[in-house]
Amino acid sequence: MASKLYVGTRKGLFILVRKNGGWDIDETKFLGEPVSAVYSDGQTTLAALDLGHFGPKLWRREGDGEWQEMRVPTFPKKPDDADDDPHPWSVGRIWNINPAGKDGAFWAGTMPGGLFRSDDNGATWTLNDALWMMPDRRKWMGVAGGEQPGLSSVLVDPKNADKLTIGVSCAGIWQTEDGGVSWTNIGDGFDNEYMPPDQRHDPIAQDIHQIAHCKAHPEVIWCQHHSRIYRSTDYGMTWSPLESAKPSGFGFAVVAHPQDPDVAWFVPAIKDEQRFPVDAKVVVSRTRDGGKTFDVLDRGLPARHAYDLVYRHALDVDATGMQLAFGSTSGGLWISADGGEIWTAPDCRLPPVACVRFELA
Amino acid sequence: MPTVFFTSQLARFIDAPTVVAPGDTLDAVLGNVFSDHPQLKGYILDDQGAIRRHVAVFIDGMQVRDRTNLSVALNDKSEIHIFQALSGG
Repeated sequence: MASKLYVGTRKGLFILVRKNGGWDIDETKFLGEPVSAVYSDGQTTLAALDLGHFGPKLWRREGDGEWQEMRVPTFPKKPDDADDDPHPWSVGRIWNINPAGKDGAFWAGTMPGGLFRSDDNGATWTLNDALWMMPDRRKWMGVAGGEQPGLSSVLVDPKNADKLTIGVSCAGIWQTEDGGVSWTNIGDGFDNEYMPPDQRHDPIAQDIHQIAHCKAHPEVIWCQHHSRIYRSTDYGMTWSPLESAKPSGFGFAVVAHPQDPDVAWFVPAIKDEQRFPVDAKVVVSRTRDGGKTFDVLDRGLPARHAYDLVYRHALDVDATGMQLAFGSTSGGLWISADGGEIWTAPDCRLPPVACVRFELA
Repeated sequence: MPTVFFTSQLARFIDAPTVVAPGDTLDAVLGNVFSDHPQLKGYILDDQGAIRRHVAVFIDGMQVRDRTNLSVALNDKSEIHIFQALSGG
């Protein structure tokens, strides 16, 4: 079980450790600054900052050493013939940092939709040109809270690191089989309810809040879509709606059990402009049968007058599939050691939570 | 030569001393400053070399309004002040 938890918030990074049967804040870093993404495998820790004035930043720590600032991903000079590009050629936010299946290699998903790769442990980053230069990228739409598309999810096939599946808010799901040389927009079966009738089923018009795959069975992918929850058993080519999700099918975050392809967790909210927990009661929904039925898990979670919303990267599960954690826009943080049956809250009142990540073993 | 003053707020992240740098335009002076302090560039300019939206640059008391065209002429005694624009919460 993971024994360290990284929580990125509107006002800094909080590092919790598990001891004496509970969790407590052991370290703080970047206090006062927004932390938009974090990753740690124990040896390398990367934290992205979203400085309001001075732009996105990236810091790295090796082991227990000093934090050092790295070069951030940047876009190349915008060509003269790209004046009609609706999206800025400047990184607005580093939204997630993902291991690329090779030592020292990472993929970073950003706003306005650029995918960047590092092969030197996060020190330098290169834009994936093939995805960014696609003519279809200009059809991508902005994500809530900003006008820029956001590359919300990056799934690297554990059996083939050249196979990537990415989710974009809002531009559907894109897949490469050749390490990012070429990309295909996939995803039959989606229905984006807020689009015009002739575009509701178009794969590029899908509002993919987040996707997560089962690491042992990467052909199984779960999708928290804007309209509802979907599941695919063919690497994202086709999707089935899971209509029995309760108390609602709306939310932002999803995590998949690392070994059991039938198990996934979600944090539901009222759809869709209101965006707070159904009946102002924080719950986690879990399926253990591939999405046929859902359990509503609430032991230890606020039962009344709770308006916590959980963002895309603010829910995580560790490598055992038993330990989960999530943080909310109200600064709530809850951790479970038994697959979500019982939740406990560390003794803290945090700033709004953007991301929660267990340290990888 | 022109002098460039940076907001003390930057000191929370990066060394940003007051510097005297050669150049007869804002672009040239900043280019010389950033060649000595490369990490500082991304704090002030975005990926396309424009002044970041929430950074304010003043030349001899006048705010630079055009964030993309930095070819503003300077004189030998120009003072450039770089602040964070008012925002946040």
